[in-house]
Amino acid sequence: MSALLEVEGLSVAYGAAPVVADVGFTLGREKLGIVGQSGAGKSSVGRALMGLLGPRALVSVGRLAFDGRDMSLAELARLRGDRLAMILQDARHALNPVMTVGAQIAETLRRHRGLRGPGVRDAGLALLDSVHVGDPNRVWQAYPHELSGGLGQRAMIAMMLAPDPALLIADEPTSALDVIARERVLAELDGQVRARGMGLILISHDLALVGRFCDRVLVMREGRVVETLTTLAVAEHPYTRALLDAAPRLLATP
Amino acid sequence: MIEIEGFSLGYRDVTAVHELSLSVARGEAVGLVGESGCGKTTVLRAIAGLARDWRGRIAIDGAERDPTRPRMLPRTLQMVFQDPYGSLNPRQRVADSLAEPLAIHDIGDHTRRVTEALAQVGLEADFAARYPSQLSGGQRQRVAIARALMLEPSLLLLDEPTSALDMATQAEILTLLGRLRSERGLTFLLVSHDLAVVAELCERVAVMRGGRLVECVSCDALRSGEALAPYTEALLAASRGEGVD
Repeated sequence: MSALLEVEGLSVAYGAAPVVADVGFTLGREKLGIVGQSGAGKSSVGRALMGLLGPRALVSVGRLAFDGRDMSLAELARLRGDRLAMILQDARHALNPVMTVGAQIAETLRRHRGLRGPGVRDAGLALLDSVHVGDPNRVWQAYPHELSGGLGQRAMIAMMLAPDPALLIADEPTSALDVIARERVLAELDGQVRARGMGLILISHDLALVGRFCDRVLVMREGRVVETLTTLAVAEHPYTRALLDAAPRLLATP
Repeated sequence: MIEIEGFSLGYRDVTAVHELSLSVARGEAVGLVGESGCGKTTVLRAIAGLARDWRGRIAIDGAERDPTRPRMLPRTLQMVFQDPYGSLNPRQRVADSLAEPLAIHDIGDHTRRVTEALAQVGLEADFAARYPSQLSGGQRQRVAIARALMLEPSLLLLDEPTSALDMATQAEILTLLGRLRSERGLTFLLVSHDLAVVAELCERVAVMRGGRLVECVSCDALRSGEALAPYTEALLAASRGEGVD
């Protein structure tokens, strides 16, 4: 499997305070999880790759390659919204609150796929239908606050899939959802990643969730990767064990 | 401790909760679970006096609640909210947040009581001088719990107290709540979408769907998985991450 994204020696600091230190990984067309507690630096990794950290962050990387081509972080960031897409925690905050969902999807389709005229709406409705929103017309006309959490996430996934990206970064895409909606949105992401042959980076504090969903898991603590796992059963690092033990006992299937 | 009979509440043409009956004994911990929008928080808010014009009957510790005068509350009842970023006044130091209920109820000896309250929730005395922005999410939730305990209530209403926290911090807060409950003989009504969280803290769980009560089961029955309603089974599977149809 050829690597989609190769990262070596990624570091992020604010002034003298490092928040990400020497993180490296290789991502194929697969699902990679990044877990850790709040403040572990996992979101900073995703945002650094997307070029979203802002001017106060000092970002450096040893080596970076996307789709087999070496490039700088700035070059990678230019692929954002095209080859790279990001899904955030809550559609009701992440989307523009004064534009309908349809208008926002149409904007993406015009800008990144060059569509014009009535074809825009048709393509948008087809996208919404592909993420199983039930009633694409209603969602198309709705404002983000008019949608439930689960429906909003589906709409955001549809919007991010519009340019047909190769890499999707999802930062806590289900932590604002109830357990039923969470399972449905995860199944949706899984189906889209498989069907489109994308790479996915799933960032979450929930080790059990990431463990069962992803092909590989990076466990981060205080800006560093403490362990890389293919299954939670082989977790050895005491920190990973402690994170596993923190899950409520009912979660352990009898 | 809590008696609810035939409780209904609607907003315009939508019925949020329909004919719900539930009772919680003194010293018991009961969970109220369901998906977003099932009405669980509405029930909690009505008990806490944050909703009005409901129908039915709510009594707390034998005292009837009046739906037209929801703010007449016994001080034995306190609430902990979901988002510790929103529930503490950002311009108040921790000491002032904690002392405010004391001032309102004319109770003296603030410094000693604030220090004791912080110790109760596992925070050092020097946290008293901090602002909420200088605390982590878990520390904020500890402060919110300490404030809820300032007036020595017997009933705590907990609205998703850990869903804004990461897993490890969630475990700490659940342990803290369990310890405080056994030390003080508190009664809990806990709202959550996650059966795993409820089972950690409660003896019984009331499952809601679409504004109606599906069933009330013991958490032991939940663990053994015996004779549960199909919807409870689905919630349980989702809480365990086993997927849903």
